Amino acid sequence: MRTMGLAGLDELVEALGRAGYEVFGPRVRDGAMVLAPISGVADLPRGVGDTQDAAHYRLRDRGDERLFGYATAVQGLKQVLFPSHELLWRARKTPIGFDVEEADATPPKPRAFLGARDCDLRALAVHDTVLASREYADKPYQQRRDGVFVVAVTCADPGGTCFCVSQGGSPKPQAGFDLSLTELLDDDGHRFLVEVGSERGAQILAEVSTAEAVAADTDAADALVATATASMGRTLDTEGLHDVMFASADSPHWDTVASRCLACTNCTLVCPTCFCTSVEDTTDLAMTTTERHRVWDSCFGARFSYIHGGVVRESGSSRYRQWITHKLAGYQDQFGLSGCVGCGRCITWCPAAIDITAEAAALRASLPATEEDLQTVGETR
Amino acid sequence: MTTTTTTPTVAVWKFASCDGCQLNLLNAEDELLDVAKAVTIAYFPEATRAMQDGPYDVSIVEGSITTPEEIERIKHVREISGKLITIGACATHGGIQALRNYADVEEYTSYVYASPEFIDTLETSTPISEHVHVDFELRGCPVDKYQLVEVISAFAQGRRPRIPTYSVCVECKRAGNICVPVAQGTPCLGPVTQAGCGAICPSFNRGCYACFGPQDSQNCHGMADRLMALGMTTEEMTRAYRTFNATCEPFQAESLRHERARKAGAEEVEA
Repeated sequence: MRTMGLAGLDELVEALGRAGYEVFGPRVRDGAMVLAPISGVADLPRGVGDTQDAAHYRLRDRGDERLFGYATAVQGLKQVLFPSHELLWRARKTPIGFDVEEADATPPKPRAFLGARDCDLRALAVHDTVLASREYADKPYQQRRDGVFVVAVTCADPGGTCFCVSQGGSPKPQAGFDLSLTELLDDDGHRFLVEVGSERGAQILAEVSTAEAVAADTDAADALVATATASMGRTLDTEGLHDVMFASADSPHWDTVASRCLACTNCTLVCPTCFCTSVEDTTDLAMTTTERHRVWDSCFGARFSYIHGGVVRESGSSRYRQWITHKLAGYQDQFGLSGCVGCGRCITWCPAAIDITAEAAALRASLPATEEDLQTVGETR
Repeated sequence: MTTTTTTPTVAVWKFASCDGCQLNLLNAEDELLDVAKAVTIAYFPEATRAMQDGPYDVSIVEGSITTPEEIERIKHVREISGKLITIGACATHGGIQALRNYADVEEYTSYVYASPEFIDTLETSTPISEHVHVDFELRGCPVDKYQLVEVISAFAQGRRPRIPTYSVCVECKRAGNICVPVAQGTPCLGPVTQAGCGAICPSFNRGCYACFGPQDSQNCHGMADRLMALGMTTEEMTRAYRTFNATCEPFQAESLRHERARKAGAEEVEA
């Protein structure tokens, strides 16, 4: 393993630029951490942390020089790789019919993401599975996803709504990166321990001034990961959770949640794995050009479940049940993985302070105690 | 035999209103020439003295019903119109002037007019749909010009208007806005409010004032619980739900609940 200083991080951003990447990293905007284009270390937040709880988010001064001292940015990589709005195709009227012109989502430059967390990368893996690995791949997603370069960063200070460890994640990026950094800030200086995750990562790192890591560096990184792992703000008991969710289909608890749920859709729109969209067709006034656009949609909207004859999920309770059951159980049957990476965004950004970990725990608590009873409830459902 | 191509005729009417919604049609400068090609503006006193007699294919109605004369006039407009579209919070929910519905109109007129005996007005301000059949209601205070052009295009082209009924939050998130209640503690009615404005207030770090009325799945009670957790009082809650759409059922029910609590002097509102 290698280490590099702040100058090395600047060289890394430069090297990515030379290699043709548009580099995205954390930046502060409107009192929050957002993912935005950066051109060097000077653009990164310095000594900025965050305080997160249900329906509560504030940036705070850490009183140190850490560049990656926050827990999660407001949105994950979804906003770039699966954007909120895109043109799918456009058709123009011709004298004998119409011509269809398909949109090309390939970015002018491939994207590099600096500061991605393990939860971000596991969410990316979910999108890769759902959108790009099945029989009909999502072409625009694939076009944006291809060629993405990831510089992940170990999460040094998880937030009050984080529970990635419960969901099989870790503050330390596990997979899906080209390079992974652990930011160290101690008596030995401000530096980054660098792990290489791909051949491309090694090639880029070769252009950066680095030094051989010593035991003190790896020990400090291990200690940081251990501390972060132990400081998750939330936990989710995943033992038998799949069955708990399906057995809870008729739970009276859904009405309790619905009395608080505002059906605003925020949880789904900040969730890094939620992928539901709607298509909207527009026609110009002259009726010569028509366009099909794809926009983020949400299972919390009434029209989302509108089919011929009416809305399938009319009540707030049925919508919350749909969302959390799909997230924590249905995904496993459909895609072989959990739809939740434990990033905590749905908790933080819910204006009604609804907490997925608390609701899952309440559902579990309201079920009959024994395994046998659970089986029976599931069967009679 | 010759065939002539005619575009649908459109009339724009004003009732009790500030004219702001009609002006938003004129404000759609980039689209106006295309609109004029797609439809024939047959009656639009705000814009032109050239007026054609009815009947009209589409009537666009701004404003609420506040006088006995207006009741007769809206019936006439309905009779001479193929489709009738209301625009704005006044026409759709009674508007800001519907605050009179919660007060004594005689008392109001005595404050405002030197000779209130000449004022012939109704006790209430009511939406157009309480008097005649309305084919489509476009929300907003004022309406969004792009939505207005979309509605006119849809009726001209014989299709359903593409007007979302979900919350303002959807527009905020699509735009990449930072949630103002969560990140700043600013009270915001976005979660109960229908989209359409492009989340204009939250885009400038303000809370939403619910100009577009309730979204299709509003939970005004749950919203009030959260706003009171952010420090709002029962009086402030009453006022928050009693602005441009004070008479629409979910806002009205919630404002009355808080008003009763305030009058009872209770800190806690009834469940």
